Amino acid sequence: MVYEERNTWASLLVTVVAMTVYVSVVLQQAAGGPLVDVVWWPIMLWTILGSIVLTIVVSILWGMLAGMRDPEGVGQSDQRDRDISRMGDRVGQSLLVIAGLGVIVLCAVEAPWFWIANAMFFGFALSSVVGGVARVVAYRRGLA
Amino acid sequence: MVKPTRVTNSIRVIREEAGLTQAELARRVGVTRQTLIAIEQGRYSPTLELAFQISRVFGVGIDDVFQYPAEP
Repeated sequence: MVYEERNTWASLLVTVVAMTVYVSVVLQQAAGGPLVDVVWWPIMLWTILGSIVLTIVVSILWGMLAGMRDPEGVGQSDQRDRDISRMGDRVGQSLLVIAGLGVIVLCAVEAPWFWIANAMFFGFALSSVVGGVARVVAYRRGLA
Repeated sequence: MVKPTRVTNSIRVIREEAGLTQAELARRVGVTRQTLIAIEQGRYSPTLELAFQISRVFGVGIDDVFQYPAEP
């Protein structure tokens, strides 16, 4: 597995775990009450910061393990990696556009801030997950 | 989602005739071994520049290495 594919996997796995933890904590804080009453922003902030740090840590540890097996190719990337990265970005961006439109609609109907922030947050997360899945599929099955 | 390429190649045959490993050829053209494997298996179409580089390592023309079939 090449450097960029490892990073893609690390980001994908961390995003899924982070979003699962975020949803669990928000639901726990709501304790069966209305979700809009939850103080969401510290949870969201910690989820974002935590996922960035965890992605870096996982990438470094995975890179160290990979480096033991293939010291020369451990940090190498090439044109194929760039092509796959661009394709993944394109796929992910479509979801960001949908999330952005959703936020505009929520603002127009004066929805609670909770829903506006979370629509954007999940837009980012879904964009990252879908883009990551597209990259992984391209690495495994090909990008012709 | 993944559209198969119609570009085929003879890299593996020519490489083996030249006595080169995948790792050695990949190193000489500046790509990862995984990328070279993907090209050999038709899972990735190389850029024109990379196609020329591969052909040059073998000392043959680009159309000796890469083929594009005529429209059916």
